[in-house]
Amino acid sequence: MMAKVFTALLCAALVFGLLGGQIGQVAAAMPQGAADAVELALSVGGALCVWSGILEIMDQSGLSRKIARGLGPVIRRIFGSAAQDEQTMEALSQNMAANLLGLGSAATPAGLRAAARLAQRQGKPDCDAVLLLMALNSASLQLIPANVAAVRAAAGAADPFSILPAVWLASAASVCVVLLVSRLLARVWPA
Amino acid sequence: MSRALIPLLAAAVTLYGLSRGCDVYAAFLQGVRKGLKTMVSIFPAMLAMLTALAMVRASGATDVLAHGLAPLLAPLGVPAECVPLALLRPFSGSGALALGADVIRQAGPESPAGLIAAVMLGSSETSVYCVALYSASVGAKNTRWALWAALAGDAAAFLVSVLAVRLFLL
Repeated sequence: MMAKVFTALLCAALVFGLLGGQIGQVAAAMPQGAADAVELALSVGGALCVWSGILEIMDQSGLSRKIARGLGPVIRRIFGSAAQDEQTMEALSQNMAANLLGLGSAATPAGLRAAARLAQRQGKPDCDAVLLLMALNSASLQLIPANVAAVRAAAGAADPFSILPAVWLASAASVCVVLLVSRLLARVWPA
Repeated sequence: MSRALIPLLAAAVTLYGLSRGCDVYAAFLQGVRKGLKTMVSIFPAMLAMLTALAMVRASGATDVLAHGLAPLLAPLGVPAECVPLALLRPFSGSGALALGADVIRQAGPESPAGLIAAVMLGSSETSVYCVALYSASVGAKNTRWALWAALAGDAAAFLVSVLAVRLFLL
């Protein structure tokens, strides 16, 4: 996928550059674009590291575990009888809590563990509960989009986090749509 | 309000950690190291995309695309720059971040396109990758409706991003 996108971009640059007589600018843009990428990575990387440090404190102090426990009722509501046993429940809450905090590296292992437990308990890997977990993890639950805020800060935004209310509204809408569409499609598209 | 949120969170998290007997400084440093690893892992894709995008912009192709799309998108209030972002987002996380960063820098962080790109990035995930990862991990050969539900969620995130930016931020 990315291989095709990358090739298409480079070919478009060549063709349009030749047609528009701007091929000199295209050639100059190559090292300039790479230099910009280094600059962006440095400024975004700093913010990313700070946030990652705060998240690590949340994790090591047990705060994220506490948040996970608080999510129990919500998860029982979403997954119903599929989340009855304790280990499935724990993996599901860890997955959701890590997603909320934006701990991608912690969310995936917990999510995969939950998926394996669900598949095992339901007897098949493509049961509704596993598919719902996949679809939910494809929606963004992240409360603080640290990467994007870092990019905004690097671009000179006065308040990089001013986008939070809009991000929350869009995320909530997307999670609602995922839950709704999953419920509808599970009925009309059984295994 | 949002200005106070982040400093408040940082102070509250360290206080909570200390009260729990956690060495918050050591934990912070460990987190920074993890962040550095993340940065190193996304950097090659960022450089590839940003370089290719800079070349495409210099060639004038983006202007042609924007002019072509403008009559279709203007009534919906969707900036043309955000369309490629919406199309790439489900497939590549770092690719979309680089593309979004490019829009935010070129159009400006407080411009409609820059704000919408930021909200789109913040409210969606790499759906296709995510469904592929989970189905491979549990050995599900047929994911039936999972991808459709995930993509419907992305579409909702994009449309509401446009609305929410117009509502809250412009």
